[in-house]
Amino acid sequence: MGSSGRDNTTPKPGAGVRRRHLLFGGAAAGVGALAAVGTQLAGKPVPPLPSDSGDGANGARTVPFYGDRQAGVGTAAQAHGVFLALDLKEGTTPERLKSLLKLLSDDAANLTQGKAALADTEGELALRPARLTVTFGFGPGLFRVAGTVPVPDGVSGLPAFSIDKLVPEFCGGDLLLQICADDPLSVAHAQRMLLKDSRRFTTVRWVQTGFRRAYGTEQSGTTMRNLFGQVDGTSNPVPGSAEFEKVVYGDGGTGSWALHGTSLVIRRISMDLDKWDELDRSGREESVGRKLANGAPLTGTAEHDEPDFAAVTPVGFPVIADFAHLRRARPDDPSQRIFRRAFNYDSVPGAGSVSDSGLIFASYQADIGRQFVPIQRRLDELDLLNLWTTPVGSAVFAIPPGCAPGGFVGEGLFA
Amino acid sequence: MTKRRIIPVVSILAAASLALTGCGQSNTPTTTAQSASRSSQPLTVSDTWIKAADSGMSAAFGTIRNTSDKDVTIVSAAAPVATMVELHETVMGPDGTMKMQAKQGGFVIPAEGELKLEPGANHIMLMDLTKPVQAGDQVTFDLKTSDGGSVTFTAQAKDFTGANENYTAGEGSGSAPAAPAK
Repeated sequence: MGSSGRDNTTPKPGAGVRRRHLLFGGAAAGVGALAAVGTQLAGKPVPPLPSDSGDGANGARTVPFYGDRQAGVGTAAQAHGVFLALDLKEGTTPERLKSLLKLLSDDAANLTQGKAALADTEGELALRPARLTVTFGFGPGLFRVAGTVPVPDGVSGLPAFSIDKLVPEFCGGDLLLQICADDPLSVAHAQRMLLKDSRRFTTVRWVQTGFRRAYGTEQSGTTMRNLFGQVDGTSNPVPGSAEFEKVVYGDGGTGSWALHGTSLVIRRISMDLDKWDELDRSGREESVGRKLANGAPLTGTAEHDEPDFAAVTPVGFPVIADFAHLRRARPDDPSQRIFRRAFNYDSVPGAGSVSDSGLIFASYQADIGRQFVPIQRRLDELDLLNLWTTPVGSAVFAIPPGCAPGGFVGEGLFA
Repeated sequence: MTKRRIIPVVSILAAASLALTGCGQSNTPTTTAQSASRSSQPLTVSDTWIKAADSGMSAAFGTIRNTSDKDVTIVSAAAPVATMVELHETVMGPDGTMKMQAKQGGFVIPAEGELKLEPGANHIMLMDLTKPVQAGDQVTFDLKTSDGGSVTFTAQAKDFTGANENYTAGEGSGSAPAAPAK
């Protein structure tokens, strides 16, 4: 992980290069090559992917667990993520909390490195971590049990927003486990192991399971799409950049509650796909202010073009409407930035419905009050997208610093 | 994983006291031992854990590695949380069920080999726990080898609902679970 918090894994270059040889070398043969040619004919040229050789290389990839910062924040988002909120049982002492955090840190240290956890009865499942990360977050209740550090500002709770229709099943929690990997089986096994070691100390408050594109489907670094089909997260700070550092871990202006610590707001955003169906393509693009095809602002042609908020149509209306999500979410104050690491969810539809879908919106920022809240306030006041989206869950956690071998996440609470 | 070499000691008493103070709170339990470094039968113990139990019996597991070129035999084990600690194996009884019993002659760790202590197989058995072993506790163990060496390690307590083999020691007491977990 290191101080940059970035994924240190390196793509294996061989596969893409070999495929190019097959395609352009004139000696193509075999099913793989034919399939690749088919792809080429069907559309635009497909850039070579870092590892698509079917050799299982990605399953062996690991993201370091130990470091100044926890993994799973600046780590390139994996394909699968589960967020688990646990509540400490009544009567938990600081000493028992410490035991719990040690047990879970030890499990995470082993599992993320492709090693069975201690007492792991399905240890074989741990051998393919597929960039597994486990990130711990502390809710207000955990700080109160530890009793040493005041609940950080902003972590005690968000202000009420008029658009919220929160259900208690997706709100709050004392201890967050964020488990991500490129393989859902790796995630499920880590979840099982961590919950086995948690159950004496905690009860499960809520679980939110999410996904992005599967590993290898798109070139890594491609901005995700949500279930509305929108390119979602274009203006995110890039991990490793100075802006990311400032937004997530703070600097002189925006301080985080702890060195190498940050905070996480998890909002479960229900997306009404059925109502969205009623909206035509131009209406969909206007609601956000971006083109569906590639996420370009309506005033541009490429995804990362800067939007021109002053541009008007021939009849004088703003090209990016006043109510467009892009305009409303974009702060005038550059310190009001967040880092998002969202996952889609697609749950079992309720009676009489065909979908229960949406976004697990995970927002990291050094200072919730100065970064997240002003943006959310603006969206609460006006955002056409609110017609189709409804926040139904909300939880806030402090993300503590990482730890070194022999230590555990959260040790700063017991110093 | 941190591993440290274990070297047989001349004075077991001195070794034990030094070793105990050397047991830190590491996330991966490690072995500690003391010097008189004139022999070559180093053992390392890794991935150690003990089944949490409120009372009665429990068991400890891990991997013992022998990096020397001679077999090493562990003849006894001790832990402060139990009045009785034994080296156990699990064998099939006459009725076809798996039962555990004291391992005659102790655990032999083959030269340049290892012995895995696992649920349903060889393990360190604790009886008459003197206090509850709670998940997350660090429990210290001391192993003695046939040539007078000593190996000390700590094991992390974990909740575990397996390791319920029957116990065949004594007469007719074939049904006590190894460690009632709750």
